[in-house]
Amino acid sequence: MNGLFDLPSDLQHSYPGLVGLHLREALIPVAAGLLLALPVAQLCVRLRWLYAPVLGLTTVLYAIPSLAFFVVLIDYTGQTETTVMIPLAVYSLVVLVPAIVDGVRSVPQETLDAATGMGLGAVRRYFQVQLPIAAPAIVAGLRVACVSSISLVSVGMLIGNQGALGNMLYTGMTYGRPRLIWLSVISTAVLAVAVDALLVLALRLLTPWMPRGGARPARKAAAR
Amino acid sequence: MNVLHFVGAFFGDGAHWHGYDGIPTRLLEHLRYSLVAFAIAAAVGLPAGLLTGHTGRGGNVLAFLATAARALPSFGLLVLMFVLFGFGLVPVMVPLVVLAVPPILVTAYEAVRSVDPSPVDAARGMGMSESRVLFQVELPVALPVVLGGLRSAAVQIVSTATIAAYVSLGGLGRYIIDGLYQHDYEKVVGGATLVAALALATLALFWAAGRLAVSPGVRRAR
Repeated sequence: MNGLFDLPSDLQHSYPGLVGLHLREALIPVAAGLLLALPVAQLCVRLRWLYAPVLGLTTVLYAIPSLAFFVVLIDYTGQTETTVMIPLAVYSLVVLVPAIVDGVRSVPQETLDAATGMGLGAVRRYFQVQLPIAAPAIVAGLRVACVSSISLVSVGMLIGNQGALGNMLYTGMTYGRPRLIWLSVISTAVLAVAVDALLVLALRLLTPWMPRGGARPARKAAAR
Repeated sequence: MNVLHFVGAFFGDGAHWHGYDGIPTRLLEHLRYSLVAFAIAAAVGLPAGLLTGHTGRGGNVLAFLATAARALPSFGLLVLMFVLFGFGLVPVMVPLVVLAVPPILVTAYEAVRSVDPSPVDAARGMGMSESRVLFQVELPVALPVVLGGLRSAAVQIVSTATIAAYVSLGGLGRYIIDGLYQHDYEKVVGGATLVAALALATLALFWAAGRLAVSPGVRRAR
C-alpha cells in the first residue's frame, strides 16, 4: 500500500482530488445532457414527424470524434474544463433522446387514458405516470452515457492537461512510471463500473413495481 | 468564422497534399488501422452475438462482458498497452477492438433474439437445419439492427483511431497531436476536419449498405 496512491506534484492534485475532478468533468455533462434531452424528447413524442430528422441529426453528431470536437472548441473556450465538458454533454444528449422517446412512447395508451380519467392534467401525467414508466429505458440510456463520458474525460489530457485521472497517463509516460498508468486505467474503469452499479441500484429503488430476478421486461431497451 | 478560415488555409496549402506527412498517406494509414480493428472486432463479436441470439442463452454473461469492456477507457488502455508492448500496431488494436466489440456483440444478440418467432418456427417446420434457420431467416430479418451495431462500432473505431498518433503511430491524429505540440492551430483543425469527414463518410457507407443489403420486405415492415 506504501505510496501506491502518491502522485508527483506536477499533477497538482492528490489522488482523491483527481477522482473528484474526473467525476465532475464526466457527470456534469451527463446531467446537462439529461436536462436538455427531456424537453427535446417530449417534443419528439408530441410531434411525430420531428423524430426522424432529430434521430438523423443525433446520429451525425455522435459520429463527430471527441478529439476533433475538443480541438475545434479550443478556439472558443480555450484549454479549459468547459472544452472537455461541452462535447460530453452533446454525446449524452444524443444517447438520451432516443432512450427517453422510446421509453415514453412505450407507455400503453390505456395507462394514459386511466391517468386522464383519474383527473391528472398533462403536466402531472407526464411527471407521475409517463416518466416513472419510462424510467428503465431512461436509466439504460444514462448508463451508456455515464460510462462513455467517464472513459472520454481521459482524452482531455491532450488539451492542456484537462483529463483528470487521464493526466496520470502523461506523467506516467514521461517519467517512465507504469504504476501511474495502471492506476489511471484501473481507477477510471472502477469509477465507470461503480457509477453503472449505482444507476442500476437507483433504478431498483425508483421502480419498486418491476419484477425481480433476471426477468427482463423491455427487450429493445439497450439497442444502441 | 475563425475555424473555417483555418480549415481553408490547411487544405489550401499544397505542402499538405504529398510526402510522408501528406493527407493521402495519413488517410491511408488511418483507414488501415480502422479496417484491421473493425475486421478483428467483427470476427469476434458477430459469431458470438449471432450464436447467443439464436440459442437465446448467455445473455447475462454477454451483458456483463459488454459493460466491462465499455468501462475500460480507450485512451488509458492505449497508453498502457504502449508501455507494455512498445511501439507497433498491437497497442492501437487492443483499445480499438475492446471499444468496438460491445456494440457489435450486444446488438447482434438483441437483434437475433427479438426476431418474430413465428417465421422461425415455420422455417423449422419446413425442415430447415439450425444453421439455415439462422442465416436464411433470422439474419435477414435482424439485418437492419445488426448493421446498426456494426455502424456504431465502425464510426467509433474511425473516431478513436485518432489517438494512435499519441503513441507515435501515423493516421490523421498525427495532425492533431503534432499541431497541438507545435501550437499550429491550422494543422489541428485541419486534422479534426479530416477525421470528422471520415467518420461521416463511414456513416454514409453503412447507410448505403443498409439500402443494398436489407431485403425490401423487411424494410417495409419497419
